[in-house]
Amino acid sequence: MATKEEIVAGLADIVNEIAGIPTEDVQLDKSFTDDLDVDSLSMVEVVVAAEEQFSVKIPDDDVKNLKTVGDAVDYILKAQA
Amino acid sequence: MTAKINPSKGAPHARIVGVGGYRPVRVVPNEVILEHIDSSDEWIRSRSGIASRHWAGPEETVAEMSIEAAGKAIADAGIDASDIDAVVVATVSHFKQTPAVATEIAHRIGAGKPAAFDISAGCAGFTYGLTLGKGMITDGTAGHVLVIGVERLSDLTDKEDRATAFLFGDGAGAVVLGPSKEAAIGPTVWGSEGDKSQTITQTVAWDEFRSGDVSQLPVDSKGEVKFPAITQEGQAVFRWAVYEMARVAQEALDAAGITSADLDAFIPHQANMRIIDSMIKALKLPEHVAVARDVETTGNTSAASIPLAMERLLASGAAKSGDTALIIGFGAGLVYAATVVTLP
Repeated sequence: MATKEEIVAGLADIVNEIAGIPTEDVQLDKSFTDDLDVDSLSMVEVVVAAEEQFSVKIPDDDVKNLKTVGDAVDYILKAQA
Repeated sequence: MTAKINPSKGAPHARIVGVGGYRPVRVVPNEVILEHIDSSDEWIRSRSGIASRHWAGPEETVAEMSIEAAGKAIADAGIDASDIDAVVVATVSHFKQTPAVATEIAHRIGAGKPAAFDISAGCAGFTYGLTLGKGMITDGTAGHVLVIGVERLSDLTDKEDRATAFLFGDGAGAVVLGPSKEAAIGPTVWGSEGDKSQTITQTVAWDEFRSGDVSQLPVDSKGEVKFPAITQEGQAVFRWAVYEMARVAQEALDAAGITSADLDAFIPHQANMRIIDSMIKALKLPEHVAVARDVETTGNTSAASIPLAMERLLASGAAKSGDTALIIGFGAGLVYAATVVTLP
């Protein structure tokens, strides 16, 4: 199971890979769409990559609730438990 | 008494022997779409890769566009229209359900009295039709089969919906299938996922629309009941199209006994450039494979998109006759179908 810090670092790498955002910009309070320029389709790619990396399931209905990096980290932490 | 029945005798294999397309005269750039929605050319291009699409005029009916595309495919095949034994038309936007439009097309191209029928399989319609046609030829019920994908999706587009107004286009694509000594159409990997039927659907059924009930039905900016349109859950469709369809595409390669390194061309349903780009990544397609990107100037034409993209890829010189291509259709149903073909 990944720790909170590992999840943040993992998400930062994923967002960097998919949207080209510098990893240091991927902070808990950042909004995917407003701050990180991750649009709705890129968000799907981020989610699928995160599912694979952290061995969790994030259904489509839950994706829209993941507004910030912190939302995603909390979701993955809970889903891992 | 059980009588002995003659078996049907088909050709050993089938192949695509000709392809043709018809795009309506009117080109509709994103600026025209933006007259009705609050968006931008940059937003539309970044989400879909679409710069323009063709919308049919009143004279460019489903039948007329099909006849144009069929004429080119028959000429490309070098056969006579009277050699066609079956006409299969895939469409979701022919508004007169009875009779099937295939019979009018068959008659007007001079095919005589071939078997003729329409099928409804959304954006997988062309690949479904190709699969049926191949079966007819190898079964012996037809020598040559005309398979047409045709849509007037502008009639089923909500021009005020910023999520879909820019997506759809009109047009017709056709192929002629004929007998072959070698396998030139691989096994089709196909199926449906009816549990996801709501992810791409018509907003309102025709019988509900007929009620005209303003209190129950969606209304436009003028307060009038909206004509039924195609709507979709963008993120759910994107995830399914990219990741599930990459798996189906790989299964089609496996079924054909080849790998992506053996491909010359990839002709996916032209739904959205982002889906195409992500599928390429998910499939790890080698760089030498020519990829059809007709969606940029044709939009999403549902059942018509694969033959239109095939024709353009060949006409541009990016692919040539005899090349090996992977085709995959996927869409409302949800339905999908993928196979490997030798290009005409």
